[in-house]
Amino acid sequence: MHIPDGYLGPTTCGFFYVVMLPIWAFASRIVKKTLDAKQVPLLAIGAAFSFMIMMFNVPIPGGTTGHAVGGVLVAILLGPWAACIAITVALVVQALLFGDGGITAVGANCFNMAFVLPFTGYYIYKAIGYNAPCDSTRRVIAAGIAGYCALNIAAGLTGFEFGIQPLLHKTANGQALYCPYGLNVALPVMLGEHLLVFGWVEAIVTALVVKYLLKQAPELFAEKGGYPCK
Amino acid sequence: MQVTRKLWIGLAILIVLAPIGLIAPEYFKAGSAWGEWGADEMQELVGYIPQGLKKLAGLWSAPIPDYAFKGWEEKGLPHLSFAYILSAGIGIGITVAVIMLIGTILVRKDKNSRK
Repeated sequence: MHIPDGYLGPTTCGFFYVVMLPIWAFASRIVKKTLDAKQVPLLAIGAAFSFMIMMFNVPIPGGTTGHAVGGVLVAILLGPWAACIAITVALVVQALLFGDGGITAVGANCFNMAFVLPFTGYYIYKAIGYNAPCDSTRRVIAAGIAGYCALNIAAGLTGFEFGIQPLLHKTANGQALYCPYGLNVALPVMLGEHLLVFGWVEAIVTALVVKYLLKQAPELFAEKGGYPCK
Repeated sequence: MQVTRKLWIGLAILIVLAPIGLIAPEYFKAGSAWGEWGADEMQELVGYIPQGLKKLAGLWSAPIPDYAFKGWEEKGLPHLSFAYILSAGIGIGITVAVIMLIGTILVRKDKNSRK
């Protein structure tokens, strides 16, 4: 889901940088207001976890690869704004140091994976897990469903961004300037592979870690910014 | 906090296991992620390299491209796995350092303003 340099035209790249700037600014303000100093290490662990989980490429035999993002978990623990900061840092390090995701596409990649993903995941978890006690299975299931849905929404969005490129940028002889695949290909492929395979990885990882932490350290969920236990 | 320590250990285990994310795709003959092809692959897929892509693709030369050291591309899986683990370690180190830095800037331990 890391869009490389050259797949999105300047309009799309610029657009998402412009959209992300106020989001990053607002996220910093929220985090400043709500995050406790003792939660900072947990935020670092969250960012590192997201970074790590993205390195575990899952193959579709004979086809492509993909991965989970781990961002829904961070959102459930620390709140979506803190998760936005954590995933952004992971994505920027991946782009600058390892060339994973383009630098022109940092805005778009962060919009998909550091904004839409943690926010949709967080609110789905909150809706399904509403008022559930800490030891409730409903919370674990909510975490899984949130992970699955959020990753797929982010993947669909990525497919959409790929897919509109041929509409936006073409040479005189009809060749694409950037991503050559239109919505009719990019959208179903990105959605399909995540619905079938990678979404389940995000679901299982999110549910298992939430289950473990609810048992081992329910106090983490009661912190500010995240979604407290009843 | 006891559990934070366990989580750090969990992360360390993930770093060591990272090459699974490299070896599994190789084993199952899975190619690049969709939409993350290099110029050569693009040539094969659609018959040409889009001009804009050609221009932008080389815009940034990452110090450790694709979690492998430069010149190691042909060295085989054991070497690449080693580079992958080191990359994971370096990446985590920098990510954690940046968050800690952001944390100290944003979240001041100002005792007067905290309840």
